[in-house]
Amino acid sequence: MTETFDLVILGSGPGGYVAAIRASQLGMKVAIVERERLGGICLNWGCIPTKALLRTSEIYHYMTHANAYGLAATGVSFDLAKITERSRKVAGQLNSGVKGLMKKNKVTVVEGVGSLTAATEVTVTTGDQTRVLAAKNVIVATGARARDLPGVAADGKRVWTYRHAMVPPEMPTRLLVIGSGAIGVEFASFYRDMGAEVTIVEMLDRMLPVEDEEVSAFMQKTLTKQGMRILTGAKVSDVTPGAAEVKATITTADGKAETLAFSHVIVAIGIVPNTENIGLEALGVATDRGHIVNDGFGRTNVPGLWAIGDVTGAPWLAHKASHEGIIAVETIAGMHVHPLDKAGIPGCTYSRPQVASVGMTEAKAKAAGLEVKVGKFPFIGNGKAIALGEAEGFVKTVFDAATGELLGAHMVGAEVTELIQGYVIARSLETTEQELMHTVFAHPTLSEMMHESVLDAYGRALHY
Amino acid sequence: MIDITMPALSPTMETGTLSKWVVKVGDAVKSGDVLAEIETDKATMEVESIDEGVVAELVVAEGAEGVPVGQVIMRLRGEGEEAAPASKATPAPKAAPGAATVEPPALARQEPSPTSGAGGEVIPVAVHEPAAARGEGASRVIATPLAKRIAALQGVDLAAVAGSGPNGRIVRADVEAAVGKPVAAKAAPVAGDATPAPVPGGDKKAAAPAFGPPFSDIPHSEEKLGNVRKVIARRLTEAKQTVPHFYLTNDVRIDALLKLRGELNAALEPRKIKLSVNDMVIKALALALRQCPKANVSFAGETLVSYTRADISVAVASPSGLITPIIVGADMKPMSVIATEMKALAEKARDGKLQPHEYQGGTASVSNLGMYGIKQFDAVINPPQGMILAVGAGEKRPFVVGDALAIATVMTVTGSFDHRAIDGADGAELMAAFKALIEAPLALVA
Repeated sequence: MTETFDLVILGSGPGGYVAAIRASQLGMKVAIVERERLGGICLNWGCIPTKALLRTSEIYHYMTHANAYGLAATGVSFDLAKITERSRKVAGQLNSGVKGLMKKNKVTVVEGVGSLTAATEVTVTTGDQTRVLAAKNVIVATGARARDLPGVAADGKRVWTYRHAMVPPEMPTRLLVIGSGAIGVEFASFYRDMGAEVTIVEMLDRMLPVEDEEVSAFMQKTLTKQGMRILTGAKVSDVTPGAAEVKATITTADGKAETLAFSHVIVAIGIVPNTENIGLEALGVATDRGHIVNDGFGRTNVPGLWAIGDVTGAPWLAHKASHEGIIAVETIAGMHVHPLDKAGIPGCTYSRPQVASVGMTEAKAKAAGLEVKVGKFPFIGNGKAIALGEAEGFVKTVFDAATGELLGAHMVGAEVTELIQGYVIARSLETTEQELMHTVFAHPTLSEMMHESVLDAYGRALHY
Repeated sequence: MIDITMPALSPTMETGTLSKWVVKVGDAVKSGDVLAEIETDKATMEVESIDEGVVAELVVAEGAEGVPVGQVIMRLRGEGEEAAPASKATPAPKAAPGAATVEPPALARQEPSPTSGAGGEVIPVAVHEPAAARGEGASRVIATPLAKRIAALQGVDLAAVAGSGPNGRIVRADVEAAVGKPVAAKAAPVAGDATPAPVPGGDKKAAAPAFGPPFSDIPHSEEKLGNVRKVIARRLTEAKQTVPHFYLTNDVRIDALLKLRGELNAALEPRKIKLSVNDMVIKALALALRQCPKANVSFAGETLVSYTRADISVAVASPSGLITPIIVGADMKPMSVIATEMKALAEKARDGKLQPHEYQGGTASVSNLGMYGIKQFDAVINPPQGMILAVGAGEKRPFVVGDALAIATVMTVTGSFDHRAIDGADGAELMAAFKALIEAPLALVA
């Protein structure tokens, strides 16, 4: 029997479930297909449970440094199983939250493995049962998964992906993190703060390569000071897992190779879109390096078939997926929307210190031929930062000298992941430096640095 | 008087039942007060006032069912407003709060760029009147700060730009579209991360400097720009910014032309036709263009369009501003026909009655300021045309004839050429051909 819907969504991550809610709000009859758990990677195995872990390591860091605040904490220790348990509970709570949202919005949840049997028809298999869902439109939001190291499958014992690193069976003592993107750096930070010896290997010439060069340099310096070993322009080969350890050969930028033993390896070298076995090939859906190509509104080249989120390519971020979902659904509903503006998507890394950014780096702006005005304000110049005992970091802003457009903002330091939104709103409202300068920032707050950075770009910083 | 409308209490709500009025006529209400209870298909909800005032009229009776979202349900009298008798006329439903505003109609901002090829219009018929009417004051333009800044830099009149942002706000992309530039990376094409196609001549760095506001402390009057003036401003800015002009000036002796004109006018008198020097200039330019086809062209980005007919646009002053009616096929028309047509077109232009087909097109232009005694000037090219001829006054000047100084009637003409399409030598050839035709004008009647 074929069930009919206005919209069927394949995948219930932050792209899919948000699209489902919006579609329901707009009066569509919606079904969402999920093969594992509602909420996808983000809130089951990604963004949310890692934030729970990082909160633990942050508090642990404060406890072990309590004397800096005039406090005494002795006999500080931790229970890894309980840390993991808390993280899983947080994920579980949000998972049931999404279930509730689907119910509230009258979205039909279909559990099972879905595949496209036509552009606007999804067949879902659950065990030996099948359901056929026909729709006016179908959105593919199947996400992505961790890329494996060539030749070595992550087995969860010695070689981990993010998914294993989130539920560690034991505490790593000597950890090798391959890849220094947000995921690699967050786990490196967590395990370093929990006491592990950490080495990060990055193939490119700097860590956090999508961030501004000054941010990368600052993070490399700071994490090295925290005791990490960070090798950029380096390669890992011959990862050989054994019973008690895993050996890996690291070839550094100068060509020297050494084989080292680690207790665990975390592979964080990027992602692979989930495009297999969902019927894309038969429909002739256009892809680019594995990712489904859309037109900025979510449309694929096949009429009636839409794609959003990680499966459509960078940036691989939950909030990008959600926003793409809303754009796609509103376009389907015939509403007038602007296409996704990738330059307006913030990126956050929840390491200690945190990193947050939006828009163009200084180098990219210059490479685009723009004349720029750059402002920079350090945490050490901010009263609140000093009071918090978090005087490391900076806020950098990049303006188009001709138009006053805020081209990009790049922050590193405490709580910057919460601060970045101020600049994101400014960009979204298309403010110029004038509006930012004329905005009153509360004192004392870390956000004052955002003001000062803008002032500095125009040679008017007050406190530095 | 403040109209309170049936609110949309859910995205799908189309109508509601006014189950209960909580206020009555004469009650003073302030923001946050409950006015009524509305029943939808889902629930009963309270409607709170967002305004302050005295209830003047309850338009919808208690218990009324199926009241459409957006219909006025009550009226509030604001502070200081007289208690006037309630209007009996049913007002048109206003947009519900939060509902999308009406889409602006298709508009002129998608105008072809100056280089879009043959037959591009000179003055568009419809100029969209957007944001202005939507603001609080008639002259308020709603645009983002960045959009305003870029508009000032690029010389774009925001009043002529339609906004695509929330509530019709003009955003950066709208201004960039109005400049005729592709919007960089905003709408990624399906093919992937293709970089936007370069726009000929559209160098961002070549933007005009931002001028300050006019001097408001000097006694002055202000007049809102009409559509024609706005279009003139935009198109000429575009032309001067994007078309690399070069200028060729020539002195042309017109004694023979004037003599011929006198003879022709005598002959044409029974037909009540009187040729002007300008009619003869139009004909001469048209013939010269046919003799030098390399100057009868349009630059169209990837292609060069060469015309095999010479349609001459003639600049005419009209009460609302410059307009350029066209003598189609001036190379093939006798001057008597050109004179008759020109007279009719000029009259229509003065009365504002030109039809779009009468002023859109043309392969080259003539602008004549001789009647004002102007000796020489440089005109701005009218894209996508490749050239314009600026004609000065014919005047008696000392002139070297042979080796002796004599008196001759001389007219100075300057051609402005689009250097992307026309090289200096080709332009010079056209100017020489024009000079020859004017100085030995029998070919004009042949």
